[in-house]
Order: sequence, then structure tokens, then C-alpha cells
Amino acid sequence: MSTLLRLATAGSVDDGKSTLVGRLLYDSKSVLTDQLDAVERVSRNRGLDVADLALLTDGLRAEREQGITIDVAYRYFATANRSFILADCPGHVQYTRNTVTGASTADAVVLLVDARKGLLEQTSRHLAVASLLRVPHVIVAVNKIDLVGYDHSVFAAVSAQVEHAARALGLPDVRTVPVSALIGDNIVDRSNRTSWYDGPSLLELLEQLPSAEDPAKEAFRFPVQVVIRPQAAAHDEAYRDYRGYAGQIAAGLVKVGDPVVVLPSGTSTRIAGIDTADGELAEAFAPQSVTIRLTDDVDVARGDLVAAAQDAPVPTQDIEGTICWLAERELRPGQRVLLKHTTRTVQAVVRDIVGRLDLDSAELGAAESLGLNDIGRVRLRLASPVVAEPYLTSRRTGAFLLIDAHDGNTLAAGMVGDALAEVRHPEQQPLQYTI
Amino acid sequence: MTITKQTAPPAPGKAASVVPETPLLAGGEHRLTQLEALESEAIHIVREVVAEFERPVLLFSGGKDSVVMLHLAVKAFWPGPVPFPVMHVDTGHNFPEVLEYRDATVARLGLRLVVVKVQDYIDDGRLRERADGTRNPLQTQPLLDGIAENRFDSVFGGGRRDEEKARAKERVLSLRDEFGQWDPRSQRPELWNLYNGRHRPGEHVRVFPLSNWTELDVWRYIAAERIELPSLYYAHERPVFVRDGMFLADGPYSPVPEGEELVVRQVRYRTVGDMSCTGAVLSDAVDVDGVIREVAASRLTERGATRADDRLSEAAMEDRKREGYF
Repeated sequence: MSTLLRLATAGSVDDGKSTLVGRLLYDSKSVLTDQLDAVERVSRNRGLDVADLALLTDGLRAEREQGITIDVAYRYFATANRSFILADCPGHVQYTRNTVTGASTADAVVLLVDARKGLLEQTSRHLAVASLLRVPHVIVAVNKIDLVGYDHSVFAAVSAQVEHAARALGLPDVRTVPVSALIGDNIVDRSNRTSWYDGPSLLELLEQLPSAEDPAKEAFRFPVQVVIRPQAAAHDEAYRDYRGYAGQIAAGLVKVGDPVVVLPSGTSTRIAGIDTADGELAEAFAPQSVTIRLTDDVDVARGDLVAAAQDAPVPTQDIEGTICWLAERELRPGQRVLLKHTTRTVQAVVRDIVGRLDLDSAELGAAESLGLNDIGRVRLRLASPVVAEPYLTSRRTGAFLLIDAHDGNTLAAGMVGDALAEVRHPEQQPLQYTI
Repeated sequence: MTITKQTAPPAPGKAASVVPETPLLAGGEHRLTQLEALESEAIHIVREVVAEFERPVLLFSGGKDSVVMLHLAVKAFWPGPVPFPVMHVDTGHNFPEVLEYRDATVARLGLRLVVVKVQDYIDDGRLRERADGTRNPLQTQPLLDGIAENRFDSVFGGGRRDEEKARAKERVLSLRDEFGQWDPRSQRPELWNLYNGRHRPGEHVRVFPLSNWTELDVWRYIAAERIELPSLYYAHERPVFVRDGMFLADGPYSPVPEGEELVVRQVRYRTVGDMSCTGAVLSDAVDVDGVIREVAASRLTERGATRADDRLSEAAMEDRKREGYF
């Protein structure tokens, strides 16, 4: 059976990212004849001799008119054993916003580096973002290897730079592959022009990456989305008194009979049943969507979190977190916002801005405000408690959005706890948030 | 303390006695298969919208994507009913078997069906028939009026990002202004699985639970879940004529052009839309497994193969979407 891997691509201007994505789609036969015909037609109209594969991914009028990529685009391709969802994040306009968006759901980031240029400032920033967002795997594709004459020493030098940066950022898994997106070296098939490289091609590597952590190693977390109480509207008489809590398991694994606690109330109970429309389950794990029943008649509503009893998080009204500011308007202390965390949205006020992150040095500097694409650390006071955990512990229960209550726009992507500690001092334990 | 004792119920859309030969849960130890992961994601999206919006509606045409979406909604709220109505924007150029399927499905699930008709708009002059006779582009106004009159604040659509380049940039929750317009340049970033559906009065949100599905995923899911579809999705004999390289059905809305000959061919439809501009493809696929084999081997996208309206220009879909189309 096929598994799913979510990817994000990132890169700097002119490093050939669109060409790489086009190549992956083309060589994995995910581009169909009519799409290719359209690309060839437009390429010819522009006076190009070969089809510009970048045109496969730039779809909007403004993009084609201006020759730029303006927004994250999602692409799909598949091999025999795996399907890929690729978030193609443009490099030059709003790169932080786009890369953060793409990385937030990614199992792996594919980062493009021009072999002739080596690690640029922007590459380091992308690595820092991947580290902040806790993307499990990073693949650095050292592109345009043909333009340096397939020289092993160039690849070795870039690999050493990448390794150094990755260690400083505490990235757990970073690999480098020498490629030429234009020609196709080491994209799908291993190239015989890089005989000094005995590793897998980019696609082979993507096929082999583990898709997720084993949920059995994580504590059970279940944000309640909807209470299902059909009463007289039940499909079947037998379900008139049914009461189940529907949601998607955010982390971990749960079995019927497991002791759990409902948060923030703190009520203890047990799992009476795990239901799906296909039947009852004895156990379920992240990221399954299920409906659970509890043994006790307890008060449970949307926004509550059902958690493993022995390792339950603590509800809090004070959050210290790292945020990526995504709005044009600046963030200043005292500002009121909405905070959306799992299935709960609460009012919040920005107590203070602890500092702004310099992505180049990975150091926190003093800041009065945060502007568009800034990454900084803030303290928030909430109107009612949320069951937040450090993002380092759980990507799902450690993530939040800040939303403008007036116009509804998404202002910031947030990560609970000191995600920066990991970036600056990977050996140290992160700070715990206060209660 | 009360312990509720319950047994496994029959799954929606399937006979109670049928045990799937390839159960969805086959991804190995604590790993979901691709279809299971996509199903779980879609169910999560549908539940989020029902929880956070006042008046959702699901666009239901009887087309395969809307059928899969409705199937997911049934599963998301089982053993309760689907907690929202469905809406069909009726071009008046319908395949009869699709309308029959629509009505049978709505009756089986006990849903409320809202129908807005392009024909009504043409009859009273609010819309005029196009020179090419195609009514797909005319659906936008009735759709937006249907949303406004019923005060729907969230509209489930079956759009997929793999369908078309403009759709590749679409969010799962996509804001529409008071004129129903989509502005691709000022979309909200969509992070993790935290969907932001906040909107102001008069605005609404389009929701695409199948965003991350491909055409092949949809068909594999239809097979795995044994979902029934309108018969025209499978190969059948039909009198057709050729226009722009597509096989169009003989019918009141697509008269055979002068000099063209009507021939009987074994065909099937990859998409279902306005009968006058939706083409059939030659096919031997009489069942879902046959379709999966055909789709996997096809070198044309479903829209490229069968939709005249998407061939109008490079940005035909983007332009329609900006105006408020599906």
C-alpha cells in the first residue's frame, strides 16, 4: 500500500527551484500531455528553444505576466510506493511567510543550493526556519552540478557548509544530493556523471524517508472538534442515546480502556469505545479521525483536549512563544488578538515582545515591535486557559495562530515555548512556559 | 457511571454484510496509507467547518468529486445525520442519469436539496444564453445568489488542486468577498491544520476538503469504499459526434452540427458538467477497476480531455474563479 509524504521546497532566486519541481513532475510522469503541450506552446511564444518547466508551476495570470511565483502552490506526484504532496514555496517574495507555511505541514524540506554559489544567507535562513518548525528531514539539493563540471570537491565543500550549519541549528536529519535539475542528473535516476557520489537519487531518497514518528512513542492527545449526539435523527434506533466526541488524534495512540483526562477541566475518565463509520476500533493513532466514547458522563465540549492520564499537559493562561509575523501591520505590546490553538479560540493580549530573531546569527535581539516576516519571541496573556504544550514536544498541540478579531486575517504563526533555544543551543532543554 | 454498550454499525453507502477485501486500515503498524491519510484530513476539515460556521452547504452535482465529498460528510458525523443541506446549480443541460442519481442520493440520506436553476435566469432575462450554447460559465450568478439568499456562510466544493494551475494555489478554506470574488494575491497563509474561517458579514468561505486528492486518489477511494456513481462514469454505448476532438453526446442541448455524423461509440465520462460542453472519452472501463487502470495510464488531464470551457484560454479557470465560480 502506498504512503503519503508531505514536502516543502525552498530556495533562493534563480537557483532553479521551479525547474527542479518541473523535473520531478516530468520525470515521475506526473505531467500529462495537455499540460506539457501548453508549456511548450508558451515557451515557443516567448522565443525559447526548450520547454521551460518552470511554466508548469506558475499558474496565475500575474505570475506568467511578470515571470515570478507569488504564492505557495501545491503539486502532486507519485511513485509506485509513495504519493507526494509538494508545497512549492517561492523564494524571493515573502519567503519567510511562504516557507513557514510550507514547512508547517512538511515531513521533509527540499532546499535548493546553487553549486556555484554555495550556502547563501537565504539558505541559512531557510535552514533556520526548517529547524524552528521542526521539520523532521531536510534534503539539500546541490543544483547546477553540471555547471561546475561535476566536480566532486565543489559538492564536498557545499556539503561541509551544510553540515556545519545543520549542526549549529540542531537539525536532526540533513542530507545532500548533487543534482542538475535542468539535465536531470540524480533527480530520478542516479547519474553516471557523478561517479564519486554513491548515494541515492533525490527521488529515491524521498521514497525512503520514514513518513512520521511512531505514534506509540508519543503521549495521546485528542482535541475535540464536535460532539456527536444524534438523538432522534440517528441513522438507527440503537444510536438515539449515542454520545461521542469527534476529532483527529493530534499525537500518540489510544486503546479502549485507557485512562484519560479531559482538559482544561481535569476530569478523569476512561475510553469506552473508539468509533468510525466503518466500525469500532480497539486502538487508534495519530493522525486518524475517529469518534471516542468515554465511560463516564462527563462534560466535554469543542475545544477540550482528551489526553493520556499519566502524561497530561497543564492548562495555562500565559504563553511564551516564538511567532512568525505575517501581517503588514506591525505588532506592538498591548495589542489584542485572537489565539487559535487546536480546536479552541480565545482572546489574548500581547504582554511584551521579548525579542526579534536574527536568522543569520540565530540570536535573539531586542525589539520594540515585529514587522512583516519577522520572527520573534512574545509573551501572551489569554482570557481563558488553553492546553498548550511546547512545540518541541508536539507540533500539533504546540502550534497556534494569532488572528485579527476585526477583519479575521491571520496575523502570525506561533510555536509554544522557546523554540529558539533549540536553534541557538541545541544541547539545552527548552524553557517551560509558566502557569 | 454509565457505560454505553454499542456494536459496530453498518457503514454508510455499503451493505452491512460486505467486508471490504482491501480494508482501508492496511498501512502497517501505526501508519496510515495514503488514502487513509487523505480521508482523515478531509473528515477533519468537514468537522471543523461544521463546528465553526453557522450555515454550511455542500455543492452536490452528482459528479464524482461531490459524491466523494458527501460520502466523507456522512462518515464524519456518523451515527448522526449530515448536519447541512446540499445545493445543486442546475445548468438545465443535465444528463438524465445524473439527475436521477442526485435525487436518489438525497432521498436515501434524508438531505435537504436546494436547487438554483440557470434556466430561470435565462427565462426572466437576468442571464443571456451564450453564442456557443455552453452554460457552465453562466452558473456563477445563480450560485452566488443561492449562497446569499440562503445566507450560507461556508460552501463545500469538490475542487482539487491537481485539476488546474489556478486551483493549485487555492487554500483549503478560501475567503470570498461580498461579490463572491477570489483574490489569489491576498490569500491567508494556511498553517498546520489550523484553518482560519473568520469572515465578515456578507463574505463567505469556500471549503475544499479534497484539496490534496488527485483524480486517481478519488477513483481508488471510490473503489475502496464501494461508492456508487452515476452510470455514465463507466463505459457504455452512446450515440456521439466529434467536436474539437471530443465526443459529445447527442441531445437537445448539443445538436449534431451540419455535416457531422452521429456514431455509436463505447464511451465514458471523466467529468460531469453541462451536457453541451462535457465530452466523453472512448473507453473499455466498465467498472471501477477498469477506470483506475485507464486513469493511471491516461496522458491527458480530465479537464484537458473533456472540458471545452477550460480550453478557452490559459487562464480560463482563474478568470472564472475570480468572479466567484466553483
